[in-house]
Amino acid sequence: MIRPTQVPMREQDPKARVHNFEEVPFGYTPEEAVSEAERCLQCKRAPCIQGCPVNINIPKFIREIREGNFRAAIRTIKETNNLPAICGRVCPQETQCQAVCTLGKKYEPVAIGRLERFVADWEYEHGVELPEVGKPTGFRVAVVGSGPAGLTCAADLRRFGHAVTIFEALHEPGGVLMYGIPEFRLPKKIVRAEIENLLRMGVELRCNVVVGRTVTIDELFAQGYHAVFVGSGAGLPKFLGIPGENLIGIYSANEFLTRVNLMRAYLFPEYDTPIKIGKVVAVVGGGNVAMDAARTALRLGAERVVVLYRRTEAEMPARREEIHHAKEEGVEFEFLVNPVRFLDSSGRVSGVECIRMELGDPDESGRRRPIPIPGSNFVIPVDMVIVAIGNDPHPLVPRTTPGLATTKHGTVVADEDGRTSREGVFAGGDIVTGAATVISAMGAGKRAARAIHQYLLTKYGHAPVQGA
Amino acid sequence: MHLIRKKRVLGPNLVELEVEAPLIAAKAQPGQFVIIRLHEKGERIPLTLADWDKDRGTITLVAQMVGKTTHQLGLEYDEGDVIADVVGPLGNPSEIKFYGTVVCVGGGVGIAPIFPIARALKGAGNTVIGIVGARTKDLLFWLDRMEKVCHELHVTTDDGSFGQKGVVTEPLREILRTRKVEHIWAIGPAIMMKFATLTAQEFAVPITVSLNTIMVDGTGMCGGCRAEVQGESKFACVDGPEFDGTKVNWDLLLARLSTYKEEEKCALERYLAQVAEAARR
Ligand SMILES: Cc1cc2nc3c(=O)[nH]c(=O)nc-3n(C[C@H](O)[C@H](O)[C@H](O)COP(=O)(O)OP(=O)(O)OC[C@H]3O[C@@H](n4cnc5c(N)ncnc54)[C@H](O)[C@@H]3O)c2cc1C
Ligand code: FES
Repeated sequence: MIRPTQVPMREQDPKARVHNFEEVPFGYTPEEAVSEAERCLQCKRAPCIQGCPVNINIPKFIREIREGNFRAAIRTIKETNNLPAICGRVCPQETQCQAVCTLGKKYEPVAIGRLERFVADWEYEHGVELPEVGKPTGFRVAVVGSGPAGLTCAADLRRFGHAVTIFEALHEPGGVLMYGIPEFRLPKKIVRAEIENLLRMGVELRCNVVVGRTVTIDELFAQGYHAVFVGSGAGLPKFLGIPGENLIGIYSANEFLTRVNLMRAYLFPEYDTPIKIGKVVAVVGGGNVAMDAARTALRLGAERVVVLYRRTEAEMPARREEIHHAKEEGVEFEFLVNPVRFLDSSGRVSGVECIRMELGDPDESGRRRPIPIPGSNFVIPVDMVIVAIGNDPHPLVPRTTPGLATTKHGTVVADEDGRTSREGVFAGGDIVTGAATVISAMGAGKRAARAIHQYLLTKYGHAPVQGA
Repeated sequence: MHLIRKKRVLGPNLVELEVEAPLIAAKAQPGQFVIIRLHEKGERIPLTLADWDKDRGTITLVAQMVGKTTHQLGLEYDEGDVIADVVGPLGNPSEIKFYGTVVCVGGGVGIAPIFPIARALKGAGNTVIGIVGARTKDLLFWLDRMEKVCHELHVTTDDGSFGQKGVVTEPLREILRTRKVEHIWAIGPAIMMKFATLTAQEFAVPITVSLNTIMVDGTGMCGGCRAEVQGESKFACVDGPEFDGTKVNWDLLLARLSTYKEEEKCALERYLAQVAEAARR
């Protein structure tokens, strides 16, 4: 008999966890993992493999878990996924591998993400096997940005034997994994361990280098790099463009989360970076970023946090698990509303005026378009607002790299394998797709590493370049 | 890690530092800034580049000790110490070209960043009139350096302890009344830049100001540095820091600068108490 429901994952009690930043789910024990693995039908068709953006051989690693061979399971995953401990925690499995799980037609799908997390955590405890570094080729590759795209590309380039330098604008590597996604969802020690592994593989990391300012891509080529990978992400926060949005107390989610995660403002004044927390906080948006901001605000002591989203819960792009967690923790939701202006009380925000929306016909994204209902305006008194309506691509690299083609949205034009309009320049992750997911950025980094390797061999021949 | 090669006290609560940062020194242009973080627990603060030396691989920063970080920099960081992070050069450079006659106004610690701009403008063939001002004589610095890069230099102090008694807008108005000026740069406290802008507007002379907003990353990622310019939100770190002064919403800028007033006060008091405690022991 197959268990119809997933083996539940134990979690911190919502009442306790709103007062701390520790991770919410505890992860499976080996027994729980094996028992969840036993639910897998091992079906021949294995639609989950296609559902995974990097095509992990899911039935194989689940079978290995079932056999208690956790080492084999992690090896299987790592054939195509460099960052399983991270993906197991933050991937939207319910729209990817688990959405197409055969078991899911009748019962709950296999908890693939939880199993992935389990074996990745098991590996941390029992010793991480570093991928083998290839024989030195003499080629040098520069990687711009240390988010999931850059980290993955760098690791794979090392496997091919190329010398790799990552240039990162901030003082700490990791990109969104470090400054955006909060500790209670992705412990920073995991991100740091991944970066540590990269360094052990011989990747050189240079923080505090803003490519386009400190050094340009053309200058990198002049310094002897043979190829460049751009993984600079979608870091430019969008604002609503409505009256009052520069009042004190209105933050972009990026600023709010960066102050808290990267700068540790929650430990002010022990740490020097301050943050202001309101009593009543409105969070505008419906994605993971909005959920992270709302839950962080609660943990910092806000009395009430209200998420304002212009469509309904069904259209929310956030991971289901995070919406569920947010609700459990007491985050409130106002659906079908849109802010139209912020109210000013001597320079500080004192309220947000909203208009109610209804859903009309589907738009290009296939989601039903929200339409304002005239005359339905109402005011929510708040003393802090966090705007989480998305990020635009970072313009600095395109702006300072002649010949690098961009779309009208400002994303870098690149093919499946990351080739851009500039020879030797490759790109992947959010800078190409616009704000997307960790796994798609990682996949892009992997494909680009392969394409860069091909490019170097084709252009310079197989012989290593001497003295490069 | 960035070594402090030289440190000099310029006046009460005013220090000049020469810091090793070869990559930044090689690329620096007038009008640009850096962001520094002193140590692991430090905040990221922007400081406008006051000077740089490609050959020595160093940059020069002038800091006024106002908050905790700048006090710590002034009191605890000496020659031979290291600053954990220095990133830059950030922001768009000043538009240096031939204008004709230009006025460069530096107020308070703003004297430091106006210096390289004046120097470059002179290099581009302009007639450069400098105006520098401070509350009192002890807070004036780099008069010798400014004299070298300006064709004429006006100096004011609020209390009349040196130069002309009054504020920088007074000589500015006098100059604009009697001479043909093509462009003005003004850098200093927001309130000074606001009044310099009003003065420039009276005479319809274009004015560029450098906005000293609160920043975190300095790369366009957080939007904390945003200012309203001609009714639109602009990010000072990537769209600026220099803007047309007449387009800036000064009241909003001044309000936003006071966002963390209480926190800054609390952090500074706590820090100074720690310093006093350490001195007692
Ligand atoms: C709060 C938040 C929560 C999220 N939650 C999820 C989730 O649950 N699941 C999920 O799959 N996805 C999530 N995402 C999206 C996911 O994090 C991104 O899609 C992913 O990180 C993109 O990776 P990347 O490598 O392309 O870019 P990034 O992670 O953005 O990294 C880019 C890096 O490049 C650096 N950089 C930028 N410009 C330069 C330059 N000029 N020079 C040098 N360095 C530069 C940046 O500082 C940054 O470190 C979330 C995003 C946010 C903001
Ligand atoms: S300082 Fe963060 S965007 Fe300007």
